[in-house]
Parts: sequence; structure tokens; C-alpha cells
Amino acid sequence: MAERISLNVNGVSHDLEVDPDMPLLYALRNDLGLSNPHFGCGLAQCGACTVHMNGEAIRSCVTPVSAAKGARITTLAGLGTPEKPHPMQQALIDEQAPQCGYCMNGWIMTAAAFLEKNRRPSDGQIRKALAGLKCRCGTHMGIIRAVKRAAKAMG
Amino acid sequence: MSMIKDLHVTRRAVLKGAGALVVTISVPVSAARTPARAKGGAGVKPPLKPDELDSFVKIAEDGRVTAYFGKMDMGQGVDVAIGQIVAEELDVPFERVTVVMGDTAHTVDQGGGSGSTGIQRGGVPLRNAAAEARRILLELAAIRLKTPARYLTVADGVIAVTGEAARKVSYSELIGGHYFNVKLVWNKKMGNRLVSTGKAKPKKPEQYKVVGTSAPRNDIAGKVFGTSDFITDITVPGMLHGRTVRPPKAGAAPVGVDESSIKHIPGARVVHEGDFLGVVATKEWDAVKAAETLKVAWSKVAPPFPDQKDLYDHIRRTPTLKAKLKAKDTGDVDRAFKGAAKIIEAEYEWPFQSHASMGPACAIVEAKDGEATVWTGSQKPHSTAEGVAKILKLKKDQVRGIWVMGPGSYGRNDAGDGAMDAAILSKAVGRPVRIQGMRHEGTGWDPKAPASIHKVRGGFDAEGNVIAYHFHSKAFDRQNVRSRESHPSHTLAGQLTGYALKPRKIFRTPNESYRFPNKRMGWEIIPPLLERASPLRTSHFRDPLGPQVHFASESFIDEMALAVGADPVEFRLKYIKKRIDARVVKAVAEKVGWKPRVGPANKPGGTGTVTGRGIAYAQRNGAVLAIVAEVEVDRKTGRVWPRKFTIAHECGLIVNPDGLRRCIEGNIVMATSRMLWEEVMFDNDRVTSVDWETYPILESMEAPEEIDIVLIDRPNIAPKGAGEPSTRPVAGAIANAFFDATGVRLRRAPYTPERVKAALG
Ligand code: FES
Ligand code: FES
Repeated sequence: MAERISLNVNGVSHDLEVDPDMPLLYALRNDLGLSNPHFGCGLAQCGACTVHMNGEAIRSCVTPVSAAKGARITTLAGLGTPEKPHPMQQALIDEQAPQCGYCMNGWIMTAAAFLEKNRRPSDGQIRKALAGLKCRCGTHMGIIRAVKRAAKAMG
Repeated sequence: MSMIKDLHVTRRAVLKGAGALVVTISVPVSAARTPARAKGGAGVKPPLKPDELDSFVKIAEDGRVTAYFGKMDMGQGVDVAIGQIVAEELDVPFERVTVVMGDTAHTVDQGGGSGSTGIQRGGVPLRNAAAEARRILLELAAIRLKTPARYLTVADGVIAVTGEAARKVSYSELIGGHYFNVKLVWNKKMGNRLVSTGKAKPKKPEQYKVVGTSAPRNDIAGKVFGTSDFITDITVPGMLHGRTVRPPKAGAAPVGVDESSIKHIPGARVVHEGDFLGVVATKEWDAVKAAETLKVAWSKVAPPFPDQKDLYDHIRRTPTLKAKLKAKDTGDVDRAFKGAAKIIEAEYEWPFQSHASMGPACAIVEAKDGEATVWTGSQKPHSTAEGVAKILKLKKDQVRGIWVMGPGSYGRNDAGDGAMDAAILSKAVGRPVRIQGMRHEGTGWDPKAPASIHKVRGGFDAEGNVIAYHFHSKAFDRQNVRSRESHPSHTLAGQLTGYALKPRKIFRTPNESYRFPNKRMGWEIIPPLLERASPLRTSHFRDPLGPQVHFASESFIDEMALAVGADPVEFRLKYIKKRIDARVVKAVAEKVGWKPRVGPANKPGGTGTVTGRGIAYAQRNGAVLAIVAEVEVDRKTGRVWPRKFTIAHECGLIVNPDGLRRCIEGNIVMATSRMLWEEVMFDNDRVTSVDWETYPILESMEAPEEIDIVLIDRPNIAPKGAGEPSTRPVAGAIANAFFDATGVRLRRAPYTPERVKAALG
């Protein structure tokens, strides 16, 4: 049953008493009040719950909280702030891309991790890196433009 | 998770004007003007009466303007446009206007998000109220400055004597924090049809400075930094988490519930009311586990659904429930067909489609002491509150509905069902309850867009002129449950607790202006497959029935053109009656450099990738669209990729061009997804499309390379809706482009790789 687990999120460590099998998503949202990752499917099919674990984009809805022990977790709030935006966040503002915005966490976190590895991506590489992410509002055109803009900004 | 404190004041406090929402105390503008209102110390809160100016516009002590908007923005920036309209009429900077929407305690019911009417209809009372406010302010300034109003000039919320800038008074000095106490003339209608008018004449389009500019959205930063709340982020003190338990076979009812099966889960409790079954727990994860673990015996029911492969035959052979065979009828169609030299005929098929919002429904209801508050992501929060009131047996004004942005909504998604679920749970446990569906509920149990077949016939004379045309749909009801959840009958929880289905029994015909001398359009609908709590109950999904009927009608226009050896653009222009429609079609043809052609570019057969181009056109509530799709078809894999769309879009006066462009892009991408990917699958017992694997939608690899948008601005025509119209012609354009590329006419949607491969054989 409940177990003591310590999590390092956005540079702060937290001690939790939780079911180790509970997905990380619920720990972040409900136990730590970090509501940036969203529940979209709980099945690793949409990306809405994406966070970075040691710099890699992972789907927190299928990652047991116990698997995050000792790892460095970053959420959207840890990626950038209004004062210090990540280029991908700024690019989405500049492109006015989001509609409802529920999916955006997934696109931003996935694109940010991708752009760390590939600063000069082609259109095809961008589309491939973002495959599997969903946006029901259909803002794909704006998102792809934003990734290109962010790539430029990151040089 | 943030606690929305200011939202969480009780309904009673709000109504008494004593809660946290009251900002300032109203004092009379002039003793004569405000006899009664100031007495009770009512705050500057909209009176919520459509015949009061104060219901729509407020000017605070610091000169900031609040516009109270009774419709909604679902992420396309409608509120920005409303802010522009109000700023324009009041002559204040756009940045000074805040638009409040979605709270039944603050806005009159203008119908919520509905039929792309946010600006078209919703903007009208706001515009009139703002213009009237400006007129009153000028009157007040005339007294204060001892100068007739005609010698006064307004700029940035300051009224000055023309030519004497020093003699001035600001809006805030005149009225800041006070009521206007001015009546409007109200047409006594609520919802979409509500119109309120003042004495002032709104500005003429040539005077516009703010309307017509691309003011940016103000919700985007909060969404990309994760600093603003979604409905899923709202918490309420003492709140429990709830989940529903849906039957494994559609139509089955719980006949035995083994509560001991979840005994080991801390705080988990069962709520069983009528045939509604749910669980609550203190922790969300425990509620999820409890819903999964709970042992339930379900009633035996006959399988309600036909085989999926027989869906269209089922529609064909099922006796009609209601028909309107001649919804539109000109000339003598039967006789014209009898005399025709040539007749062609085709039948098109469109499946059930799921709203499948990005996240399943979430709602919080706090029902206590004979009142309730519902937090919802529904695009019609006034209706949600009304429905919750009914299911809780409360009066309408005892329930406050508060909208918070949810995972997108494009008609009637599952949000309204979620609110009812939460209401039942909250009442049963006496605590606020937050409910969030699981993915299988968001896709498998949300209201669906109806499946349909469309039979079209065209008759020609010996010279190849169209002399007879007949478009006929046979389908499931357009609104088996209504597009508003204002009554429990229209929700799963309602139906499970004894409210019978109240279907609307309605369909639609194509919207275009082809002048065929003898022309008939009609429809018939068949009964639902399952009367109660059906996962295939039908309702509105973005541009209700627009994609399906225009897939059929615009495909068939191309088929008729081919039958008489005409180019598709030339053929359309020959028959289009309305001048603006022709202008829009020409605009898109010109933009793509359309080359006239008869018949497809490629013959059937062969392998490899081929390309093609197709056009489609439609109207929607005054908007006119023409779109050209350029597709690539990989004949080996069956992949259809619309590389490029070019659309000409006319919707009257354009309030915000950039906002409109993005709105159009979203429509086109979603419509492409529906045309290429989306089909609700089911077996005899249940819907089997329950997630993104079993209900795929378009992803980044399949998104077009380019969407080229030609906006046709007509400043002297009142703005028409744009939230849905461009959805409408996309499927037809893709179908026609596919035919051009492959020489094969595929009349069943969606064009999935398997279906395409099979069709190309
Ligand atoms: S919620 Fe995790 S991938 Fe969808
Ligand atoms: S913006 Fe609504 S789902 Fe992506």
C-alpha cells in the first residue's frame, strides 16, 4: 500500500506517502498541486500528461510514481515562466497557436525535449518528433510554425 | 492545484450582493436616475436583466470596462472580438476592456457557445449596450462641461470639448463604479435570439478603428505557461473525487452491486441511484481504482447494435420515424426526371463520429442547503445549470453555473453529461464532488454525430443542362439528445434515473445556391438503435451534419459535371445563383490558378503516388466558403494526404482577421481528420472505439503542408459566424481531389488507408 517516496520536481524535493503504483500524473497534480500535466487518455496515446524525466519527455499517466524516485522531473512550470519563457512557449504566443490549450503541455514539453537534441530540424523531422501527440482543436499548423520559430530562436 | 477562491462564493451571497464578487458600492449617478438601486447597497454587479444596460457593460472607478458576455469562447478568441466591439463603440482602448463570460451569476443567458453565433448574434446586444453607454456618458458630460453633446469629442474614454482639450471629463469621473440605470429595449427572447437595443446608433463600419484589427488573444500566455486553470484544475474545499461505472454492454443496468469489493480502498463509497452507478473517494486515484474494481452484476439485454458492416443497410431498411421529403422543393421534380434525356444517381455514406474532446468530461458540483454550484467546461453553462437544477429538483435560480475552460468543445460533447453525474454524486454524499471521465468514456460514451446515407439524383436534358435534382438523406436523428443539457432527458445520468429520451427528430439539407429548375431536397430519420443511455445517442458535433451532407452534395456536383463533360468550376459557376457565392468560388479558383479540366487527371489502376485537385463550395448561415484541396494518394499504402488547401472565406464584416485565419485553420484540420480518419466502431453490444488507437484522429504527420486563406471582407454586411462554416466543404473537396488523382469515386467516408486500398483494388 502507501509508501514513502521522495520526488525531485522543478528542482524542489518533496516527500510523499503514496501508492507506488499510482501514475506520476496523479502525484504531480493532486499531491503536489502541479496541474500543468493534464489527463487526456491515461494510456500514453495523447501526450497531454508529458513531463521531462532527466531531460526526456515521458508520459506521466503511465509512469508509476515509484519509477520517478531519484529522477529529475521537470513540468511545464519548470520549463519556463512568463518572465523567462522557454522559446517554445514564446513561439506559441507569437503564433497565437493554442485554441482550448488543453493539449499544449504535451506539445511544448515534447518539442522542447526534441529541440534540445536537434536545433535545426527539417519540417519532416518536426512532424515525426511530434507524432503521437493529439490536438482535437486542430491547431497543428500553428504548432508546427511555432516549433520552427522556436528552433530559430534557439539557434 | 489552485483554489478558485473568488469563484467559490455561495450563490446566495452573490445574489444578495454580499459576497467576494462585489467590488464597489453603487451610488446614484444622479438622484433622479437611480431611485431604488442604490438603497440596498447592491454592488456593481450586472442585474442580469436583458433590458438593463448594466447587464452588459460596466465602467469601474479606474475607468476599466467590463463586458458581460452571455455566450462563450471555446478557444477561438470570440471574447477578443467582443472586447473589440465594445471598445470600438465606447471609444476606449481595447486593452481597457475585460470580457466576463460563462458565469450564470454574471451574464444573461445569450445561449452559450452555439451555432457559430458568438459574434453574429452574441455581439449584437453588447455592441448596442456599449453604444448606448457612450451616448449616456456624452449626455452626462454635456451637463458636467456645460456644453452640448454635439460639441464634445470622445477619445480613449475621455470626453472633451472639441478644440478645448483642457475642458474634459473621463468616463470614470462620470460613472466609475456606478450603475447606469438605463433601460434597453429587449425583444423578450432569451438565448441565441436575445436582442437588446438602446437609443444610440452603433458606429458605421467606416468609423471603425478597433474592429477589423488583429487584437491578440489574452488567454494564450496562461495556457502555455500553465498558469491559468482548466476545469480539471478546480478544487473546492471538502471535495471528493467521483467516477462513473458504465455497463460492459450498452443498455445493461446494474442489478447487483458488491460494495465489499472496494472495501479495501480508503474512503471509497458506492452511489447507486436508479440505474446510475458511480463511486466516490477522497483521493482521485482511489476513485479510479474503485470504479475499476467494483464488482457489479449487470442485467441481461439483447444486443442493441447491428453488425458494423451492416450499418448502412440497417439505415436503408429501417422504417422511417419522421420524414420531410420535400424540405425544399421547386418546380416539378418528378415530371422533370420523367422527361430527362439522361439521369445519374449516386449514394454516399458517412459513419457515426465522436466528439472525442482532448480530455474526457470534468465537472464539480456542490449541492447543499437547497442550492448548488456547478463548475463545468460545457460551452453552454446556463443550460448546464438549468439541467443540474432539474435533476436536483431545485429551481433554476438556485443553481449557479460557472464555466472554466475545459478540453475543447465543438458542439455537444460529454461535458453536460459529466455535470449531471457530479450532481447526482454530490447530492448522494452531501459533499462537493469532482468527476472526470476516463478516456473510454470520453470517446465511447460521448454523444455522437449521426451516421447517414445520402442519395442524390440528377437529370439532364439533351443539351446537357441540369433539369432535375433530388438530394435525399436517410439517417439517425440529428439530435437524439439536444445540443443543450438543460434537461436531464438529454444526459446519460438523467436517462439512467428515469427521464425518458426527448428526441428532436430532425435532419438538414445542403446549403448552396445552385439554380436547378426542378430541385428537391429532403430527409428521413430512423429510430435510435437504443432508446436509453445509448453510447450512440446523437447530437451536435462541429457544424452539425455539414460535413456529411456536403460531402455528398459536392461530390455529386462533380459527378454531374463529369456526366456532361464540364469542368467542375465552370459547372458550379453555371448554376450558382447568388452573386457573392460565385465571387467566392471564383476567388479560390483564381488563387490556385485553376486549370479547367474534364474528368480525372489519372485513370484507375496503376501503382505509385498520384496527385489531384478538387473543389467544393457551401454556405452556412450567411457565410460562404469555397475550398480547393490538393491531395497526394499513395496507391500502395492507401494514404491520402491533403498537401494543400486553399480557401476563400466570406463572412461579412471581419472583426479580427488573424483570429479568423486561425479559426479557419482549425476547422479545416479537424474536418480533414473527420474525412480521412474518424469512424466510431462498435460491435453488437458496445461501442469499441474507446481511445485514440480505436478512434484515430489526424496527427502532425498527416497535417497539411499549407493552408492558404483568402479572406473576403465585406464591412457593410453584419458579421456572420466563422467558428464552424469552413468545416463544411472540406470533405467534398478531398473527395473530388481523390477522384481527380485516382479516377475512382469513393462514396463512403472516412478515406482510411484500408478503405482506400480496397477501393483502388
Ligand atoms: S494522458 Fe498521458 S498520454 Fe494521454
Ligand atoms: S488546442 Fe484544444 S486540443 Fe489542442
